[in-house]
Amino acid sequence: MVELKKDEIDMLDGKYGKGTQTAMKIQVAIAEAFNAPYMVPISRAHVALSNQEADLWFVEKLVNQGATCRVRPTVNPSFNWKQMKRITTLDPIDEKIVKRTDAAYKKIGALMTYDCTPYLQLNVPKIDDVIAYSESSATPFVNSVYGARTNRESAQSALCAAVTGVVPYYGYLKEENRKGEVLVNVLPEMKSDFDFQLLGYVVPLKIGFKIPVFNFKNKPNKKSFSNASLMNLGAQMNTSGNVAIYHILGFTPEASTLEEAFQSNEVPETIDITQSDLDSVRDKISAPLGKIDFALFGCPHLTFEQIEKVVQIIKGKKLSVPLFIMSSDPTRRLCEQMGLLQEVQNAGGDIISNTCMDQPCWKFLYGKKGVTDSPKCAYYTRRRKMEFVITDLENAAYSALKGEVTDDRYE
Amino acid sequence: MTVMNKIFKCHKISEGQAEGEVLFSKDGICFYLIDPKTGVVIQRNHSLFGKSVAGKILVFPNGTGSSVVQADGMYQLKMNHNEPKAMIVENADTTLVASSIIMDMPLVDKVEKSFKDEVKNKDLVRINATEGTIKLLRKEK
Repeated sequence: MVELKKDEIDMLDGKYGKGTQTAMKIQVAIAEAFNAPYMVPISRAHVALSNQEADLWFVEKLVNQGATCRVRPTVNPSFNWKQMKRITTLDPIDEKIVKRTDAAYKKIGALMTYDCTPYLQLNVPKIDDVIAYSESSATPFVNSVYGARTNRESAQSALCAAVTGVVPYYGYLKEENRKGEVLVNVLPEMKSDFDFQLLGYVVPLKIGFKIPVFNFKNKPNKKSFSNASLMNLGAQMNTSGNVAIYHILGFTPEASTLEEAFQSNEVPETIDITQSDLDSVRDKISAPLGKIDFALFGCPHLTFEQIEKVVQIIKGKKLSVPLFIMSSDPTRRLCEQMGLLQEVQNAGGDIISNTCMDQPCWKFLYGKKGVTDSPKCAYYTRRRKMEFVITDLENAAYSALKGEVTDDRYE
Repeated sequence: MTVMNKIFKCHKISEGQAEGEVLFSKDGICFYLIDPKTGVVIQRNHSLFGKSVAGKILVFPNGTGSSVVQADGMYQLKMNHNEPKAMIVENADTTLVASSIIMDMPLVDKVEKSFKDEVKNKDLVRINATEGTIKLLRKEK
C-alpha cells in the first residue's frame, strides 16, 4: 500500500474538493499498480492536450468537479482556429470542440502554450527535477538531455499530477531504472538532423523497449548535437517504440562514461547501426518518390534554426505546392520579427503556430500526397488518409518548389 | 467442451469484474488503431489484424502508441460499446494503466505462468481484478 502524507490524505478525503479528490484517487490507483511506496512533489508538468474526445471528456470532468492545478502545466498543440481560417474552411463542430477544450484548460489553470516542444522554450527543467511530462516526444528529451526525472505520463495522468502537485514514486524517477541496457554503436557520420529521425525509428525495431546508450563512433563532433537532432531522435523512438529515456556517451548528463551510463562495469548487450539500417527505414515507411500536392513540416514543431534552413532555400522563389510549417508561438513571433515569416508567405507558404498535424483542421489535405521530414507525421496521419514522402528537410523544401520529390535526399 | 474451475492468481491494476472469451494477442495493442465502430484491429502486420476485441478478455504483451492516442482509442471503443470486457497485460506502462483506471476498464498483470499454458483462445474465464483472480470456467475443446 502506498503511504500518504497528511496533505495527500486530505486530498484523497475530498477536503480540497471533488476534482482534486478524483485526481488523487487515480494517482493512488497508479501508485498501487506500480507498487510505489509514497508520493513525491513535482516542480513542473506538461499535458498532452489533444482536444480528442477522451481529452475533452476528462478535463471537463475535473473542471466540473472544481479542480484547479497546484503546478500549472504547459500544454500540447490543438489547432489555431484564427490562422487556419485564413487557409481553409473549418468544420463548425471541430471549431467548437477546440474552443471548449481551450476554455476547460484555462479554467483548470493550465498555461496555454500549445507547443509539443515545451522543453526548448517555456517549460525547461533542470537536472534531477522530478516532473510530470506527457507527450511521448517530450518525455525522452527532458529525461535524457536534461537529466530531469519523469515517467512516460499519459495526458490524463500528467493532468492529475498538475492538480495534486505530486506523483507516485516509481519507474524512471528511480536511479536504478534509468541505467542503459544496450550499447548502440552508430557507424554513419550522422551529418543531418534527418539521420536522427531514421536512427530513432530503427533502434526500437532492433532492441525493443530497452534503454539505449548511443556511441556515435564516426560523428565528427561528438560534443555538439542540434536541438532538432535530439528532438527527432526521441520523437521517432516513441513512434516505432516506447522509449522514455536514452543516453549519449560523453554527452548526456547521466552518461559521461560507460560505467556511469550502465551503472556497472559490464555492458550487457551491444549492437551496430549501419547506413543501410537507416536507409531501410526510409524505404519501409516513405511513399514512393513523385509528384506531391503539399508540404507539411513540424512534427514535432520546427525550431527557429530549422525554419531558417527552409527559408534559405525558398526565399525569393515561388512554391509549386502549398507549404505549411508548424512551430511554437514564440518561434513564429521571432520569425515575424526577423522577416522570415514574410519570406515564407511571399513564396506561397505559411507558418502556423499552436497546431498539430493530427488535428481535423487539415481535412482539406485528406486523400492527397505530401512531403514531410517526419516519420511520426506520416505514421499517425494514416488514420486521416494522408500519404507522405519522407525525406530530409532541405530536400523536402526543394521538392515543394518543384512540386515533385525527385531524389532520395539532398546532398 | 469441458467445465472447469481452475483459479489463477494475478495482480490488480484497475478494479472491476468481467466474464468472457479469452483473446490472445502476440503483438502490443494500440487502441487508436482499432476501429471504434466495430472493435476490429486495423493495424496491418498485427497478429489480430481483422479480428474484433469487442467483448473479449484481451491478453497482450504491452501497450503501444503515444501518450494521447491510447486513452482516446479506448474512450471511443467504450462510447461505441466495442471495448474488451477486461484486459490482461504482461508489461504495463503508465499510459495504459492511467487510461484503464480512468475508463473503468478492469486490468490485471503478473498472472501465474501456468495461465498461458492452460488457457487458449475462446476459453471462457471470469476475471475479478479487485480480488486478483482469474477463474477458468470452460475450455473450448
